[in-house]
Amino acid sequence: MTDTDKKKDKRKIRAAKKMREIMTTYYLDAMTARENNKKVAWITSGGPVEPLIAMDIIPVYPENHGAMIGASKMGEELCIKAEEMGYSQDLCSYARTDIACCKVNGGPMGGLPQPDMLICCNNICGTVLKWYEVQARHFNVPLFILDTPICHTDYSREVESYVRRQMDEYIIFLETAVDKKFDHDKMAEVGRLAFQGQKLWQKVLKTTTHKPSPMSAFDAFFFLALIVTLRGTQIAVDFYEELSLEMEERIQTDISIIPHEKYRLLWDNLPVWYQLKWLSQKFSDHNACLVADTYTSAWCSALKYIDENNFLDSMAQAYTRIHLNIGVDQMADQVLDMIRTYDVDGFVMHSNRSCKPYSFGQMDIMNIVRKKTGIPVVMLEADMVDPRSFSLSQTDTRIDAFMEIIKQKEWVR
Amino acid sequence: MKEINPFHAAINDPGGLAAGIKKRSGKILGYMCSYAPEELIHAAGFHPMRLFSSKSDICLAQNHLQAYCCSLVRGVLEDSLAGRLDYLEGMVFPHTCDSIQRLSDIWRLNTKFNFFADVVMPTKLNTKSARTYMTDVLKKFKTDLEKAAEHSITQNDLQNSISLFNRIRRDLSRIYELKSQFPSIIKGTDLFAIIKGSMIMDREELAQRLETIVLLLEKKDPPPYSGKRIILAGSICDMQDIYKLIEASGGSVVADDLCTGNRWFEGSMPENIDPIEALTARYADRAICPAKHSGNTTRGENLLALADTHKVDGVIFATLKFCDPHAFDYPYMKEFLEKSSIKNLHLELDDQQQGLGQLSTRLETFIHMI
Ligand code: SF4
Ligand code: SF4
Ligand code: SF4
Repeated sequence: MTDTDKKKDKRKIRAAKKMREIMTTYYLDAMTARENNKKVAWITSGGPVEPLIAMDIIPVYPENHGAMIGASKMGEELCIKAEEMGYSQDLCSYARTDIACCKVNGGPMGGLPQPDMLICCNNICGTVLKWYEVQARHFNVPLFILDTPICHTDYSREVESYVRRQMDEYIIFLETAVDKKFDHDKMAEVGRLAFQGQKLWQKVLKTTTHKPSPMSAFDAFFFLALIVTLRGTQIAVDFYEELSLEMEERIQTDISIIPHEKYRLLWDNLPVWYQLKWLSQKFSDHNACLVADTYTSAWCSALKYIDENNFLDSMAQAYTRIHLNIGVDQMADQVLDMIRTYDVDGFVMHSNRSCKPYSFGQMDIMNIVRKKTGIPVVMLEADMVDPRSFSLSQTDTRIDAFMEIIKQKEWVR
Repeated sequence: MKEINPFHAAINDPGGLAAGIKKRSGKILGYMCSYAPEELIHAAGFHPMRLFSSKSDICLAQNHLQAYCCSLVRGVLEDSLAGRLDYLEGMVFPHTCDSIQRLSDIWRLNTKFNFFADVVMPTKLNTKSARTYMTDVLKKFKTDLEKAAEHSITQNDLQNSISLFNRIRRDLSRIYELKSQFPSIIKGTDLFAIIKGSMIMDREELAQRLETIVLLLEKKDPPPYSGKRIILAGSICDMQDIYKLIEASGGSVVADDLCTGNRWFEGSMPENIDPIEALTARYADRAICPAKHSGNTTRGENLLALADTHKVDGVIFATLKFCDPHAFDYPYMKEFLEKSSIKNLHLELDDQQQGLGQLSTRLETFIHMI
């Protein structure tokens, strides 16, 4: 091993290996659910998974699958397939790839295990409603929709009671689907674990307030999968416990994720899955570390609404008031808050063609951030899975120009 | 028919029309989507005005909305930022698609009208809890309107408004019926003007004009029709040229599944129950838009039923580019039609485009083929 290799090795996050193993076991379980007499539910990434865990139903996340498809660069082919099926190129690429996958058993795992039921929560977008309708027709299985009205300016009493009532409907739906009674004690336990898991996830993400940062948003994108898919299990709690200890250790022993952290950046919107490596290298070459992002923090941003000891009752609020289901001005406030917490020098916004609710309003957030903080902001045009909406050379130039401004700023300071 | 001229005048100069209304009867509230409870707005003494894009060049809206946003949303924002909508007292945003959802935020943050309301209707319409929630939302909106109007909306105000809108809807339905029965009774472009005009004109005046038109049409003895019978389906259709082209190619639109058409006016509200309940029933039970949910195949079934009732030869889907809800429904609705051997064509439109350009050839070919 050369000297640099050793250093690189030291920088690697050990928990990544464990994480891969857990995810492999999880997908194996899901793939063999039928043989083991277990039911599978497909659920949206913002959906309430805890009741499924409490009912011993295996949750499967097409969006996580979409991310895997993107990361393994299989997005383009599947998107084209969906377009041949009549789905416009302008639709969300998670939806397009998933719909195409079902047709051709594509993707890195040859498709997802078939669902026995579909759970769609529209707290992230209207796309999931349409996408799950497509799948409900395709698989001919029951679809439960948790309708979480957007809170443009406030969370009203009407919304609370509507969503709370639907939680009961959800439980009845599950009882019918698996033909067994809902176990409220188990639910309380799962709720506690979900709360703990999210707390730990938050703790992990907060370790990047340290300078230099022990991990980056690129790592967060990777480690996110567990809090999404296995939230509410002991496995997730144990894993994030371990991960946060490793981060603490890195801080103590001064191990940073990039060799020379000089600039700290904040990322907005979903990752560009098929260019993670290139992007992280690109920023690292500029001695810039993406220390935080608005996306992965969404899985702990509603913590303040969760009542650990009365999870079920607090779910309505926690699931309704998430980052994408609030007004643009409130989203901007969260961004400003992150800029302060992580002490960042610049803001990178991914204008994501796939995701309208995340991307429309970004320009207003950009202006607010500029006005209130004065930090440089750059907008990169891309799509999280479909590489046809991404230009490497254009992005390259934009990042260079953006970093140039940041460097000049520092000089002026 | 000269009785249709006022409708053409209205749609050709909505700004002028609005100025007149403002002078005569007061304050105007704008909205873009057919889930806006016009009856409530009207009962509060405001003039409900559906907004369409003036189709001007996008300059100012560019700083707020990326190019992959539908032209209706971008166009209306442009009009607002450019001052073309200064006649408005305010704006009402019923919740529907993701694009309008964010437009609402952008509007709230960047414009300075006196009134603003989000009417966050449920997305799911087929459950009891969703209906209860919808009633709550309507009541809340009523309170917002009362505050702005500085007077309360009485049961009587609401009843009157409901029966006025029932009259309007009944007459529009009658005109559609006649059009389907005798396609040559009225030109497509005239029908378009009536429909679009009905969403912007003073409603009392409108009700009278429609009554007159129905009477005149019923007296007409139209020549028999031997052309192709077409359904126009999609989101909003704000292109008069489509009707012209279809007719020039030997077809006629005898029914539609548009939210600037049938979806918006079909059905009537019960007049003998609590008005808010009546409104809830209306908005929950009307022909559904793809951004809402009432079943996995509801829209496909509705379209087939429509095709059957009107004995059509083909369906033309007209949707706006970047419109997610409609783009998601298109493949299965097409499949439904094909299973029933109904020919169809999909036109993806952009409000901004001048005329139909090369789409016209496809349209002609389609009509000749069916
Ligand atoms: S990427 Fe955006 S549009 Fe697609 S499913 Fe996720 S939230 Fe919805
Ligand atoms: S298609 Fe739906 S969202 Fe669009 S205007 Fe019509 S009713 Fe409103
Ligand atoms: S055309 Fe489609 S995207 Fe545009 S406002 Fe209507 S429903 Fe929304």
